[in-house]
Amino acid sequence: MFNPQLDRDGKLKHLLSIEGLPKAILNQILDTADSFAGVGEREVKKVPLLRGKTVCNIFFENSTRTRTTFEIAAKRLSADVINLNVGTSSQSKGETILDTVENLTAMHADMFVVRHAESGAAHLIARHVQPHVHVINAGDGRHAHPTQGLLDVYTIRRYKPDMHNLKVALVGDVLHSRVARSEIHALTTLGVPEVRVIAPKTLLPGFVERLGVQVYHDMRQGLKDVDVVMMLRLQNERMSGALLPSAQEYFKCFGLTPEKLALAKPDAIVMHPGPMNRGVEIDSAVADGHQSVILPQVTYGIAVRMAVMSILAGNS
Amino acid sequence: MTLPDAEELLLKLADGIKPIVTPYTALVGIHSGGVWLMERLLPMLGDLEHGTLDVSFYRDDFGSRGLHAETRPSQIPFEVNDRHILLIDDVFYTGRTIRAAMNELFDYGRPASISLAVLVNRGGRELPIAPQVCAADIPLPDDQNLQLERDENGRFSLKLERVDV
Amino acid sequence: MKIHIQNGRIIDPNNGVDQRMDLFIAAGRIAGLGSKPDGFTANQTIDASGLVVCPGLVDLSARLREPGSEYRATLKSELRAAAAGGVTSLACPPDTDPVLDEPGLVEMLKHRAKQLDLAHVYPLGALTRQLKGEQLTEMAELTEAGCAGFSQADTAIIDTRVLWRAMQYAATFGYTVWLRPEEPYLAKDGVAHDGEVAARLGLKGIPVAAETLAIGSILRIARDTGARIHLSRLSTAEGVEMVREAKKKGVMVSCDVSINHLHLTEHDIGFFDSNCHLRPPLRSQRDKEALCQGLVDGTIDAICSDHAPVDEDAKLVPFAEAEPGATGLELLLPLTLKWATENRVPLMDAMRRITHAPARILGISAGEISLHAAADICVFDPERYWQITSAILLSQGKNTPFSGAELAGKVRYTLLNGHLVHTS
Repeated sequence: MFNPQLDRDGKLKHLLSIEGLPKAILNQILDTADSFAGVGEREVKKVPLLRGKTVCNIFFENSTRTRTTFEIAAKRLSADVINLNVGTSSQSKGETILDTVENLTAMHADMFVVRHAESGAAHLIARHVQPHVHVINAGDGRHAHPTQGLLDVYTIRRYKPDMHNLKVALVGDVLHSRVARSEIHALTTLGVPEVRVIAPKTLLPGFVERLGVQVYHDMRQGLKDVDVVMMLRLQNERMSGALLPSAQEYFKCFGLTPEKLALAKPDAIVMHPGPMNRGVEIDSAVADGHQSVILPQVTYGIAVRMAVMSILAGNS
Repeated sequence: MTLPDAEELLLKLADGIKPIVTPYTALVGIHSGGVWLMERLLPMLGDLEHGTLDVSFYRDDFGSRGLHAETRPSQIPFEVNDRHILLIDDVFYTGRTIRAAMNELFDYGRPASISLAVLVNRGGRELPIAPQVCAADIPLPDDQNLQLERDENGRFSLKLERVDV
Repeated sequence: MKIHIQNGRIIDPNNGVDQRMDLFIAAGRIAGLGSKPDGFTANQTIDASGLVVCPGLVDLSARLREPGSEYRATLKSELRAAAAGGVTSLACPPDTDPVLDEPGLVEMLKHRAKQLDLAHVYPLGALTRQLKGEQLTEMAELTEAGCAGFSQADTAIIDTRVLWRAMQYAATFGYTVWLRPEEPYLAKDGVAHDGEVAARLGLKGIPVAAETLAIGSILRIARDTGARIHLSRLSTAEGVEMVREAKKKGVMVSCDVSINHLHLTEHDIGFFDSNCHLRPPLRSQRDKEALCQGLVDGTIDAICSDHAPVDEDAKLVPFAEAEPGATGLELLLPLTLKWATENRVPLMDAMRRITHAPARILGISAGEISLHAAADICVFDPERYWQITSAILLSQGKNTPFSGAELAGKVRYTLLNGHLVHTS
């Protein structure tokens, strides 16, 4: 079965989504990330793997956070980095995605890191790049954010090494979340036995159980005995789209407070892909509390992205 | 050909190393064979400070062979600046692994000196790098590969196998 | 021009004919069936041995993109495509630019089509001005100008009172109102079937309820106003069931299905193939099976191509941004044959769905091979396989989910009013 992410030998050519990634490659990325985790603490925070290569961040949708982590990761691999915030430049002048990509190819980029507001954008680009160019999806619409999914499971693996015995709960706007989809695929591929989603019906896609999750609408029920709580960001637009009445009611029913967190296992960890809306999806006491691993997530994000880039670059 | 007994070579290696280390020397084993050897040498040399290196990210054949399937984190838990370091590896061949190891060490800091101890030198050097201590010289042609093996009891042996050139 | 089509297998669903017979054409009409008319000397003889001779196909929906979108396709290119597909009569929706809501525009379109003389074009007039769903169009004038019915194309009428009155007005004259059932608010911004695939791919879904709610309203209003309704492009199992029940109760409703929905489901979207971005969306396997069953038992009257040429650039964008639609005039026949073979539907019954049945819905005397009828004929080779490629398609729209596929059923000759408009 044709898999657009793999080359003819079954090696990773593009990272477009976690769905469709063989478990072995998932594990290879996570294991390699272990080796990169320490690089940031050394005097010379670089390894020479991507020296002479050019990584191009093409962000059709703005994001300083994600773009910066990719930039740091690429530079730590000694790559040259070009940043293109297309939202402000030629795209708004009517240039198509593929035209933009083609122009960049002329600049001999070896790797494109792409973020776009529409699902499927990274797949479209991957279909049209030169054979030696690798595409990393940094988020496409609601579909996927594979490096975030990877760094989240990497974080879980660091704190809870026995993945085959975990209960993980994702709380919040799964309907609009590419992060949630990628996390769910990563967890189920790695064999986490129980993945729960906790949200009001308006924030869950139809047929969400087909993704392999258990659905809860009652947060107290859903958090019982879980080992990992992953909070999703709630965007302001959701209130104006008749999906939710108010941020206050959302926080009351689905916000993570110390009292609700106490229902999970005592050593449960709390995660959030960022940026956080304090007082909307998560209480500050929890975000800054001892169970929160939100800051380490960010550091691991660099190591995981370094792992992805080096594996791809080595598979040319 | 008959290969020498690796366990005997280990003792000879330890004897060769003792004169060139002080209590302040740091040992660094190169994965995997060098690390195995270092683990056996440490009690013999007086438990010096030590670390391990996985040189996968510094190899010069990344472009043609890609990333090694198994990489392990390098661990250098001591200050490299101004330190005398002894690198330990199992088989010395072209010298490229040692070049990579030195490049990696220099990304941690500026050592006072780096010396190299290997169990076997099999000839075929391609860079101006040489071990200071070597337990055996076994020149071999290109179509043969020499490997250090460790059985489930931790006992070392040397193995020769044919490779396609 | 006297033409003798020799030794073909004549399949005429209207008259229940499936027989090897000769066909004689003179003065644009069928002059003889089986036996040569007295004094007939053929100017041209076509050897149809091994070929099927059937009525020219009648396609209930083909967008010709004229007036207004000539950069995408022209009347000439698309009618040539029709001829190549064996389609001799087609209906085009009113969503041109300008919208077909003025008799003058309709006359011009008909005139242009007649000049090109490649296929009969039956425009559907707009039901409301500019398709805005506010004011009625001059339906009587438009019918006189040549409209075969009235449609809202893809723009649903939001104000229920307007929908009611439009249908009531059309019922005054017995005009057929063609509506694609889709509740606009539930379908807003949706690009795929609201199901498992949309959930995985992160695409905004259009629920089944969007179609069934609309069918319910339309059927109810039709019952109360006495309007004759044609539902375009059914896509759901529940929708088929609703039409089945309505027909049992004697409601004057007909409906069609797009040939694409008989072959494809949401899973064919694969890795965001924008050629599968269609309206209505490709739905589940269960829906597809119900559509097939609906055709077999007559709940669904006709198959159409839903021809919608889209230029390449409009498809080379992320799925949701792509313009919906697939080219289809040249694929209607081979895809119908494939459907018939796969579902073990007798050829006669399958052919009925693209000849006689759509002709009845349009209210035209086409889709039959009867003595003295206009000689609109399609001669095709049911065994000849051909590959769908951009180069082979005559339509300017090369956008099809079947690109690269090999299909059986190649049109060899198409005759319009007794003269050849396509030879292959």
